[in-house]
Amino acid sequence: MSRKPKNPREVLYEDTIPGGAHWSMLMRQGMILRLVDREGGANAGMLFFNPTDHLERYNAPDTLKCQHTFKLGKGHCLYSDMGRIFCSITDDSVGWHDTVGGNSNSQGVRKKWGEHNYQDFHNDWYLNGHDSFLVEMAKYGMNQRDMAANLNLFSKVEVDDVGNMYFVEDNSKAGDYIELRFEMDTLVVFHTCPHPMNPAAEYPKKPVTYQLMEAARPSKDDLCRNSREENQRGFKNTELYNLGCHCR
Amino acid sequence: MIQESTLDPGQASFRKTVLAGDYFIHVVKRGQTFRILDLEGNQAADTLFYNADDPAERYSAIDTIREQGNIYLTAGSKLLSTQCNEMLEIVADTCGRHDTLGGACATESNTVRYALEKKCMHACRDSWMLAVAEHEEFGIGKRDITHNINFFMNVPVTADGQLTFEDGISDAGKYVEMQALMDVIVLISNCPQLNNPCNAYNPTPIEVLVWD
Repeated sequence: MSRKPKNPREVLYEDTIPGGAHWSMLMRQGMILRLVDREGGANAGMLFFNPTDHLERYNAPDTLKCQHTFKLGKGHCLYSDMGRIFCSITDDSVGWHDTVGGNSNSQGVRKKWGEHNYQDFHNDWYLNGHDSFLVEMAKYGMNQRDMAANLNLFSKVEVDDVGNMYFVEDNSKAGDYIELRFEMDTLVVFHTCPHPMNPAAEYPKKPVTYQLMEAARPSKDDLCRNSREENQRGFKNTELYNLGCHCR
Repeated sequence: MIQESTLDPGQASFRKTVLAGDYFIHVVKRGQTFRILDLEGNQAADTLFYNADDPAERYSAIDTIREQGNIYLTAGSKLLSTQCNEMLEIVADTCGRHDTLGGACATESNTVRYALEKKCMHACRDSWMLAVAEHEEFGIGKRDITHNINFFMNVPVTADGQLTFEDGISDAGKYVEMQALMDVIVLISNCPQLNNPCNAYNPTPIEVLVWD
């Protein structure tokens, strides 16, 4: 099925997810998801699944290992466990996104910021990343067995020479953004709950705007494809996969 | 942290040598102590743990490193589950550092890391797939196969955010020992990787020992 070509960079849809909330959506191959940190200090927890086979999911170790990196930013590709690229980071004003800090959970949020339940606070309650993923994943028939190490876009965790981990505050500023170009159809599950290592005194409710755009087809000299030889091979694997399920 | 064990291998209630390229699956009961011994040095034991009563609860690399505030595993590390429960504690370690960021090799990721034409070389995930296929009684499938521990592997992270693969710091006779804090299913792939200089392109056997 062919789609009417759109002017690249034209924002086809835009919405803002409030802080401490969750959502999910299907991103077709060839689309860009642009996320914007509205106020600074946002965190976007994110997981990817193959919409036709949920067993294929985002794989943080493979993503880090094949690009010899601990941080994620412009030029990096985000891999599935099947050697394919869900999406490439085609633009990024932040420079360091985390994928090892994990996800907040109910015990951690309660311990750090106190009980803030629905009954007393309605939609100002304090949601956590783990429950947020469970809710979105259940919409597609998935449960905790389908969970994986997630992305924490806009957040930075650095490591010293003996391996100690530190959360870096103010990593992302108001207006900072990241652009994900989808190289295959992908189910995106995400939340805007705080990073589990965020030491803020108050539960941070940081909104994230997301925009959908149509991408130009990656050229032979595409930055993400050529940032490493490994990514050239990742693109080939993904093109082979798309050969079987797409005609663009 | 180097911490030697006082346990006598002669007193172990269970011993098994796992050849390179083979898998090992076994239940270790709460209170038992479990050792992985690097018989010839610089081998990688790609290991996953599951709650034996509910395999949907499993070892979580990200929760483990975040809660201990350090990316390396060694003596004193408590291995946490996806529900942040303590599964095992490393009680002895003569290697000093183990990786839990680098994940396991799979045929598909090998194509990315090394070459497209290497897709049919044996890999850890294939050993795990065979293990779960041959042992349906544990109720584990591909959904449950995730982010593992690479015992004996050295994968340092630099302050500027690089992930590096260094030569192993293990050696023949080095071991890591854990006490189970719940009944756990241990699933190991004794890594068959032939493309990585970290094992000198020579996968070798490990031994698993359990004490009551």
